[in-house]
Amino acid sequence: MGGLRQEGARGVLIAVVSTIVVAAAIAFVVTRSPNWPQVKEAFFNGEEFRSSFPDIAVKFVRNVEFFMVAEVFILTFALLLAVMRSLPGPVFFPIRALSIVYTDSFRGIPTILVVYLLGFGVPSLSLTGVPRSATFWAVVALILSYSAYVAEVYRAGIESVHPSQAAAARSLGLSRWKTLRFVVIPQAVRRVVPPLLNDFVGLQKDTALVGLVVSVPEAFKEAQIIQSADFNFTPLLAAALLFLLVTIPMTRLVDWLVARQRRRRQVATAL
Amino acid sequence: MIGPRADGEALRLEGIHKSFGRLEVLKGIDMYVADHEVICVIGASGSGKSTMLRCINLLEPVDAGRIMVRGEEITARGVDVNRIRRHIGIVFQAFNLFPHMTVLRNITLAPTEALGLSRTEAQASALELLERFDLADKKGEYPDRLSGGQQQRVAIVRALAMRPDIMLLDEVTSALDPELVAEVLNVIRELAAGRMTMVIATHEMGFARDIATRVCFLDEGRILEEGPPDSIFSEPREDRTRRFLQSIIEAGRM
Repeated sequence: MGGLRQEGARGVLIAVVSTIVVAAAIAFVVTRSPNWPQVKEAFFNGEEFRSSFPDIAVKFVRNVEFFMVAEVFILTFALLLAVMRSLPGPVFFPIRALSIVYTDSFRGIPTILVVYLLGFGVPSLSLTGVPRSATFWAVVALILSYSAYVAEVYRAGIESVHPSQAAAARSLGLSRWKTLRFVVIPQAVRRVVPPLLNDFVGLQKDTALVGLVVSVPEAFKEAQIIQSADFNFTPLLAAALLFLLVTIPMTRLVDWLVARQRRRRQVATAL
Repeated sequence: MIGPRADGEALRLEGIHKSFGRLEVLKGIDMYVADHEVICVIGASGSGKSTMLRCINLLEPVDAGRIMVRGEEITARGVDVNRIRRHIGIVFQAFNLFPHMTVLRNITLAPTEALGLSRTEAQASALELLERFDLADKKGEYPDRLSGGQQQRVAIVRALAMRPDIMLLDEVTSALDPELVAEVLNVIRELAAGRMTMVIATHEMGFARDIATRVCFLDEGRILEEGPPDSIFSEPREDRTRRFLQSIIEAGRM
């Protein structure tokens, strides 16, 4: 982007022309392929798209809800896990060990398995006092699984704060806890915002997994239902498009934040 | 901590030993500091100056020996380190300001969170200190917008805001460009004029000579020689002290 701006109007013109040429070439090759009519009918059916898109879009609201609810819990729980792991000294060994076992386990198990296990497993136990909603447990599964990843992101951030910062805070008489709260964690979180947002993108996509176990459809499930009713894959493409509408802006935001951070560091070192 | 003692003792180190793994850095340090004294600790890099100061602030646990602050043994078991540290200010070579906080917040953090002062009280006394050290216009800036000299002065103010009984300064000018050294030394001179008790590890020999009530020469983890600055700098008894001072003169730093 920056490169284009520097090259000026001529650069932009060249970029536009070359993009049009490449796109036309791809379109030409694809539409000339022998099976294109069938592929077009099954995946890019305009009528099917128009009729299914509104239904799927309505259900996609559920995915955004799952995402937002899960994210709040993930950010909190993961921070707790990361702090547990950063506690020093032999006294806290059991707490550190607990956190390590947790993150290792949940990072090692495919998310889809956790969603299945909890989403189908827990409601089938019919335990008293425990929610029986498969949706509830599927979202819990996402929280448990993603917290392990996000805890590692936080941990990297905490470890990247130089020990001299904690030493300075402790030397002023701040307790270990207040040092973490006011000095270490705020700096750690600022540094890991881009990778955190990356995990947000992943989570938004994985809300589709909830559709595997629930009766209340979300976007993917709805698309699947329409697909099997109409014998056409276009609804799945419509669902994919909805996910992209959310995840692409998030990805661009990550890029922008990373670039801004790099600029700031350069300014700081230049001073 | 209890107030000043009748005998004026501010700080006493008795047989302090400290090792990092197999490396023994402090090999039995004895030191006495009276109220209002300014002790300059000189010695080559690696002689243990920083480690000694960090031990006094309890940032490093000692392996053996005792440290007494106004008669209270702070190295005893079960001592509340946070309470002790509030009485002992330390300033580091690398400033260690909190980069995510403004100058004012850097200074008020510990008074509000460790001493329990209200924000208004803490800010009022912080502004007073900033005023005194000519930094009032920087209160809203973030540390990375300040010069090294300004950052170090802020770090000194941050330590002073806790109203410590003793200040420890760990080579506070060593990371500064030469033209910024004077402004920081002037701040320390002013503290000395205000009768602050200080232990200063420094390579600035001219400054040590001016300001110190006593100079200690630290060599390989021991205090080899100590005395009034005139006698240490003009007629050192020990051969090693003489050689150290000679090397400083040859480097053009005295």
